[in-house]
Amino acid sequence: MLNGWNGFAAVYLREMRLLRRRFFRHVASMAVLPLLYLVAFGAAMGAHSPLPGRGYLEFLIPGLAAMTCMTQAYGIATEINVARFYLYVFEEFQAAPIPNAAFVLGEVCAGITRAALGVAVILAVALVFSIGIRVDACFLLAAALNAFAFAALGVFLAMIVKSHADQSLLMSFVITPMSFLGGTLFPVDSLPGWAQPLVWLLPLTHAADAIRNASLGLPARPMDFIALAGAGAVFFALALSSVGRARD
Amino acid sequence: MILRDNLQKKYGERMALNGVSLRVAPGELFAYLGPNGAGKSTTIRILSGLCRLSGGRALVGGADVEADPLGAKRQCGLVGQHTNVDNDLSLAENLDIHGRLFGMTAVDRAERARALLDYVDLSERREQRAGTLSGGMKRRLMIARALMHRPKILFLDEPTVGLDADVRRRLWGLIKTIQAGGATIFLTTHYIEEAEFLADRVAFLDDGRLRALDTPDALKARVGEWAIDRAGPDGLRTDYFPGHEAARRAAQGFREALTLRRVSLEDAFLRMTGKESSC
Repeated sequence: MLNGWNGFAAVYLREMRLLRRRFFRHVASMAVLPLLYLVAFGAAMGAHSPLPGRGYLEFLIPGLAAMTCMTQAYGIATEINVARFYLYVFEEFQAAPIPNAAFVLGEVCAGITRAALGVAVILAVALVFSIGIRVDACFLLAAALNAFAFAALGVFLAMIVKSHADQSLLMSFVITPMSFLGGTLFPVDSLPGWAQPLVWLLPLTHAADAIRNASLGLPARPMDFIALAGAGAVFFALALSSVGRARD
Repeated sequence: MILRDNLQKKYGERMALNGVSLRVAPGELFAYLGPNGAGKSTTIRILSGLCRLSGGRALVGGADVEADPLGAKRQCGLVGQHTNVDNDLSLAENLDIHGRLFGMTAVDRAERARALLDYVDLSERREQRAGTLSGGMKRRLMIARALMHRPKILFLDEPTVGLDADVRRRLWGLIKTIQAGGATIFLTTHYIEEAEFLADRVAFLDDGRLRALDTPDALKARVGEWAIDRAGPDGLRTDYFPGHEAARRAAQGFREALTLRRVSLEDAFLRMTGKESSC
């Protein structure tokens, strides 16, 4: 038990110290993409809001919050990748007397912390654009579950890849398509009928829906939270099993 | 530390380790000598929990590395082949994270880090980022880190590879001092003079197999005491002799340019691994 706690604290603290070292450039990089989306899509599609009586930005900001939450949480994969294939610091954790769960939980919590920072940046950007976003318990729960799921997915994928190049491929094939299709930039209803059930299989679609409902003061849909929690449980289990397999 | 029942490691169809059995005594400095790809690092990776066994058993301080991996890891310190410090963290932070991983208290971590940075002569740089250190300094930091939790057994995987001669010799002194403090040291190297200078016993490993294991003097004695090197059109030819008088008499009969010298561990290595003809 003590090994587990010590291991978790060491893994998490290391990531936080690294984050602190790069805090300002990290926050700046978090703000660039949403700003671009806000300027490009907000200006271009401002008149075509899918929400009756509300501007497009009110639709977009919660989607960007869900997307940033996902990409920042998943970004822990890059840190692990660097630790494995470039710095070889991952060997320090492999050679330490800590259970695999401590490593996974430490990295997942680091991913959640990064995601929280990312969402805070989005909310700050929204304030700059004078877009009021309601942040309630449902918003926070949806963001937390979303971050947990994608941080766990990031740890899992970082453990099974064999190189930096594999990591980039996964980003291109998993995260980027989800960013665009997961109900972040446009409503799922506007997709062709055959595509909609597929898009609802993506965890990000549920995260965007839950965060948007919360931020607009609409009733929460329990299915969104169940889907996110289920995805998180599956990805966490996969991450746990993959750490041992990364030994060879 | 015991490797038994013909330790094996397979990567696909390739046998990286093929039936190695040996025992390292407490307090011993044991060197594993072999060319690149011989299986030296694989052995250390198995013993320190970085990779799995394909066959056989390995016991570290009485703990089976597969059945009780955490028990085995608790007793070991590892200085890996790759330089693996966190460049963005300070020297003190690098040591602190390691101490946390091994469950050390805050007071112990702070005191131990201070003492070890002093020990490896890096105390003035304790708050600097590790990325600012030279290659030799990073190796010293890695040794300090591996010693943080007071391991009984220290694995050094090619600790001096790529370092300048003066830095290498400085590390040799440090390794000897660590052994004098009571630690068991398992060292891999492909620098033969390093094994000869440092080790109590040496194992020759080649192509995943143990070719010989003994003290450096005993390994050399198996070849002879004196050697004559003769340069010829086919390369260097070496003959071995049991005593100086026999070698001197033989030298008088040779017409080529020659060198009369004492047998080295390199001679023993080349002869016992069957690599003489490739010299």
